[in-house]
Amino acid sequence: MVRITFIQPDGSRREIEAEPGDSVMQAALAHNVEGITAECNGSAACATCHAYFQEDRLGGLDAMAEHENDMLDFAACERRSGSRLSCQVKVTDALDGMTVTLPEMQ
Amino acid sequence: MANDPIIIIGAGQCGQKATETLRQQGYEGGLVLIGDEPHAPYQRPPLSKAFLKGEMSLERLMLKGPDYFDQFNIDARLSRWVESIDPAGRRVLLHGGESVAYSKLLLATGTRSRKIPVLPGLDLEGVHYMRTIADVQAIMQALKPETRIAIIGGGYIGLEVASALRSFKHDVTVIEGMERVLQRVVCPQLSDYFHRLHSSRGVAIHVNAVLEAIEGAGRVERIRLRDGQEIDTDMVLMAVGAEPVCELAEQAGLTIENGVSTDETCRTSDPNIYAAGDCSSFFSKRYQRHIRLESVQNAIDQGKHAAGAMLGSAEVYDPVPWFWSDQYEIKLQIAGLSQGYDRTEVEGDETEDAFAVRYFAGDRLLCVDAVNMPRAHMMARRELANLD
Ligand SMILES: Cc1cc2nc3c(=O)[nH]c(=O)nc-3n(C[C@H](O)[C@H](O)[C@H](O)COP(=O)(O)OP(=O)(O)OC[C@H]3O[C@@H](n4cnc5c(N)ncnc54)[C@H](O)[C@@H]3O)c2cc1C
Ligand code: FES
Repeated sequence: MVRITFIQPDGSRREIEAEPGDSVMQAALAHNVEGITAECNGSAACATCHAYFQEDRLGGLDAMAEHENDMLDFAACERRSGSRLSCQVKVTDALDGMTVTLPEMQ
Repeated sequence: MANDPIIIIGAGQCGQKATETLRQQGYEGGLVLIGDEPHAPYQRPPLSKAFLKGEMSLERLMLKGPDYFDQFNIDARLSRWVESIDPAGRRVLLHGGESVAYSKLLLATGTRSRKIPVLPGLDLEGVHYMRTIADVQAIMQALKPETRIAIIGGGYIGLEVASALRSFKHDVTVIEGMERVLQRVVCPQLSDYFHRLHSSRGVAIHVNAVLEAIEGAGRVERIRLRDGQEIDTDMVLMAVGAEPVCELAEQAGLTIENGVSTDETCRTSDPNIYAAGDCSSFFSKRYQRHIRLESVQNAIDQGKHAAGAMLGSAEVYDPVPWFWSDQYEIKLQIAGLSQGYDRTEVEGDETEDAFAVRYFAGDRLLCVDAVNMPRAHMMARRELANLD
């Protein structure tokens, strides 16, 4: 199990135990973490699973495809260096202990 | 009566979103969600994509985690069928005799696979549909490595299934009754593009091909077309579209027009009954007519809107419709509705598999179909939202 802490826009934190192999988006939904809409449920077609990953640990994540890169420019909230579509990031041991901050809006 | 619960009929994506929104907006009263499927609300799009390919578990189809109903204090009645509504007495009658009173009622009854009314052979073993988890489980159970499949209908679902099954090298035939695949939704150039894509992956596509009969002794052995052609097959998938589930509304005397008719606030002709999602036909200011959408976008957004409306909001529902379809490695994203276009413009390069078709009526942009071009899609959504 991989521990991931989600931080809501109001600062509240919640740690979940994610299952390797799921995407971060799937792990969040399976634990009813609020703040991720995921309308297309992982097809990289909606950008409503936007999240800010811990910036000093981005290297451990799946590489970003061009499609995701393009979609991120249109997320409802500002894009930052830690921005990813959480449906495109697989849960692996490299994420253990990571914090993921959710945007104000999807 | 005001103390009676809000009842939502249909535990699909729309019904689920409505329950969540009601609670998020502070509604603390009774909330009953009734659905006839045995599953908690789940997403249908992967049924013809990742789930069919065995890449996604049943658990991951679910829209919410297992403790959702408890957490949100929802009285969920699954595997229950609603027989009828009594709008005057404000009650719904469940199969088995139980009747439950409501303060407000939301119809989120969705669509069902369209059935061709008189087609010889429809009852044979080996004839399948693609709407529910049960449908897909039946298909997966019946599929052997050598199974040949004939897909009736070259719409999005038919073509997605073709692409999923080709990844297992099944022998796949698509039978399309019209001149071209996806004819109702995209322009000829895109139909050609997808036709060629599927042909190049080994799918046999027959256009202008009308299915006349499914034949076999007890189980499917072949299909026969109107022109006399016979095609041997082991399985038939009927993917000829969906129809709104509106018998409850009809029997309750609500106005029906290609779906349960609502105004721009999701309210039906009965002030205590609302409708949203695939089953609802709502007045769109943007398109100046009643439209009925079958998409996740609409299930989610209209579910939210209807929830707000039941709590007294007068906000108008008039979305920019959008949709996506995944076939092989191609991502098609659609913004707007193309019906009524008189010309198109192409952006990007079809030979590079990255292009977008823009549909216009005169100067007015109606729709953009983007193939592997997410920027064009997202820009189009903004552009369409900003048109008055
Ligand atoms: C195979 C497939 C692939 C799809 N792919 C995409 C896609 O890629 N992108 C996209 O945007 N959309 C896609 N869609 C469409 C999308 O899934 C639907 O628009 C959406 O699920 C509609 O949600 P809904 O809640 O309105 O209706 P539904 O999901 O149909 O839910 C309605 C529920 O109500 C139940 N019900 C009906 N009547 C009663 C009654 N009297 N009593 C009790 N229960 C009742 C039904 O059994 C059903 O479970 C796809 C659909 C299918 C089937
Ligand atoms: S869920 Fe739609 S882009 Fe991630």
